[in-house]
Amino acid sequence: MLLIIPMMWVLLTMVFILLRVAPGDPVSAAVGGKLDPTVIAARRASLGLDRPLIVQYFEYLGQVIRLDFGKTLSDNRPVLDIIRDNGGATLTLTIGAFLFALVIGIPLGLIAGRRRDSIADVLIRLFGVITYAAPIFFVGLLIQMFVARPLGLPTSGIASPRTQFMVGSAPKTHILLFDAALSGDGNAFMDVLIHHLLPCLTLGLLVCGVFIRLVRVNILQTLQSDYVEAARARGIPENKVIRDHAFRNALVPVVTVIGLQAAMLLGGAVLTENTFNWPGLGTQLVHYIEALDYPAVQGLVTFFAAIVVVVSLAVDVINALIDPRVRYR
Amino acid sequence: MSAEPIVRARDIRIWYGTTRGPVKAVDGVSFSVGKAEILGLVGESGSGKSTLGRGLLGLLPDGAAMDGELTFEGVDLLAATPKQRFAYRGTHLGMIFQEPLTRLNPLMRISEHFSETLKTHEPSISKAEIERRSLEVLRVMGIPPSRFSSYPHEFSGGMRQRLMIALALVLRPAFVVADEPTTALDVLVEAQIIKILHDLRNSFDTSLLLITHNLGIIAEACDRVAVMYAGQIVEIGAVDKVFADPQHPYTRELLRSTISLSTTALHSIPGAPPDLVDPPTGCAFHPRCPDALAICAVTRPIAYARDGGAPRSGSTDVACWVASAKSGTVTLTPAEAAPLPREELADADEA
Repeated sequence: MLLIIPMMWVLLTMVFILLRVAPGDPVSAAVGGKLDPTVIAARRASLGLDRPLIVQYFEYLGQVIRLDFGKTLSDNRPVLDIIRDNGGATLTLTIGAFLFALVIGIPLGLIAGRRRDSIADVLIRLFGVITYAAPIFFVGLLIQMFVARPLGLPTSGIASPRTQFMVGSAPKTHILLFDAALSGDGNAFMDVLIHHLLPCLTLGLLVCGVFIRLVRVNILQTLQSDYVEAARARGIPENKVIRDHAFRNALVPVVTVIGLQAAMLLGGAVLTENTFNWPGLGTQLVHYIEALDYPAVQGLVTFFAAIVVVVSLAVDVINALIDPRVRYR
Repeated sequence: MSAEPIVRARDIRIWYGTTRGPVKAVDGVSFSVGKAEILGLVGESGSGKSTLGRGLLGLLPDGAAMDGELTFEGVDLLAATPKQRFAYRGTHLGMIFQEPLTRLNPLMRISEHFSETLKTHEPSISKAEIERRSLEVLRVMGIPPSRFSSYPHEFSGGMRQRLMIALALVLRPAFVVADEPTTALDVLVEAQIIKILHDLRNSFDTSLLLITHNLGIIAEACDRVAVMYAGQIVEIGAVDKVFADPQHPYTRELLRSTISLSTTALHSIPGAPPDLVDPPTGCAFHPRCPDALAICAVTRPIAYARDGGAPRSGSTDVACWVASAKSGTVTLTPAEAAPLPREELADADEA
């Protein structure tokens, strides 16, 4: 728990340094070459970018502690507004992707583990390696070409313009999927849902490879375990042995790794969003990195880091619920 | 001990498939266990004791094949379909393992272990009945009822072994295989567990096959003992008879190798147990046997009852040419009875 603070500090410092090390600065990235150098210098001074780095660094830390993420330099937008307006799309994308990964990864891992070295096992393992190793924009492109086109599924954006206009213009929750559901317009909800399908699948495939291998290895291990043999000796039927003894115990390490996958999921979301033109935090992050917009990038990265921390905390709680041995530590 | 045995095994063979060829882990074993009788099974590591115990319950891994005749209360289990055989597991045939620490599912409460076991075999059993019957066995095992809904990791090693015994006994199986149940436990707990197992026949009328490599446990807890070497039973009979006057050279050497407080020099049997992919011809023990005759290297000895004739249920039998010749059960020709030349002993040792 207490590790969160130093963890966040290291992260903030790294983001700060990396941005400053990158060539150029926000002002010249926006208007460089178009304005007189003296005007640029004046703008830099007005933004406080001419002060020593150490001063900027501590000012930045102070702002983060006060939860003040500031405004973007390039378009003078509060960073918290970006998170509010675009966070919802990323949230539903990652949750959808996570569900895909679970639904695809856990059953396949279970089958591969139960039928070790069979053809099914080999194919499933191959599938897991490929989906894990393939670059996400490439998978996204393949899916757009070979899945979206024949099925007529949308490949860009989170909703059709009509839905965007009807629902998106009056946000209640700032999560378009929920807003569409709350609007009572069934067509709009279906529209948003269908737009989620392929981006979620693409990102889900990336993570499901990890789940497949993890579940498979752990099932193999628990099937060899002493308590599984003892359960068989008591005459417990094989399907119950697998479900209640092998599978439940195999899930304990899987849950832990799922927490670690949150980081991978967010990283993948950045790429997926760009591939599918998704109006989430990932596209915003890329946009602001290109503009070298220090406060925007710092704010977004800090937010991503905070999400990962919260997820790993939640995983600890879930683990304690599943495994009684964790509860007493 | 009634006349009709609970379990009768005849010529049981269990082979494991390996890349080097089949491992003959159990190679023609015959024995029977009577009602409420405790048969000890003793032998070195790798002699096939545990394989035999698992084979009786049908718990062999993939790649193992079992043949022979195994009857339980008159029903031939090996001729039965896998489904029929499965129905015997737990309810009629129970098993207690070594390493009790890892035998309970760490995510399940003790109460859940019991209710799962009982519900599997008696689907209509009520919750109250589950609790009543579980607590009854637990009481016999000395586990207080307050611990019923604890998790396995909250118990000590000795308690967990008592839980395992209780879990096997709650179904009242007529026959239980206990595979080195005290190997992982300290001596005081060991004595406690052995006493519990020994008393089972009084409290539950259970027959027991007690697998161990500890001769002291056999002497203390068992009615009869079977000595196993290289997948075969070389001597079987009443514990007092076998231990007081061992007929087979291996039994004799094994008894000499035990350690007690009066031991001043360690005795061991020269050589190592044979490779079960390619066991020695004739008697499997002949390369290490100090008494070996010429016939021992050629022909596998036949088991005879000590008092002459074929082995009977409950008789004391030995499978050894030397012993049979000495007792006059068989007559060997002078060529067969010649001592085995020494160099062959050395050859076998090297191999």
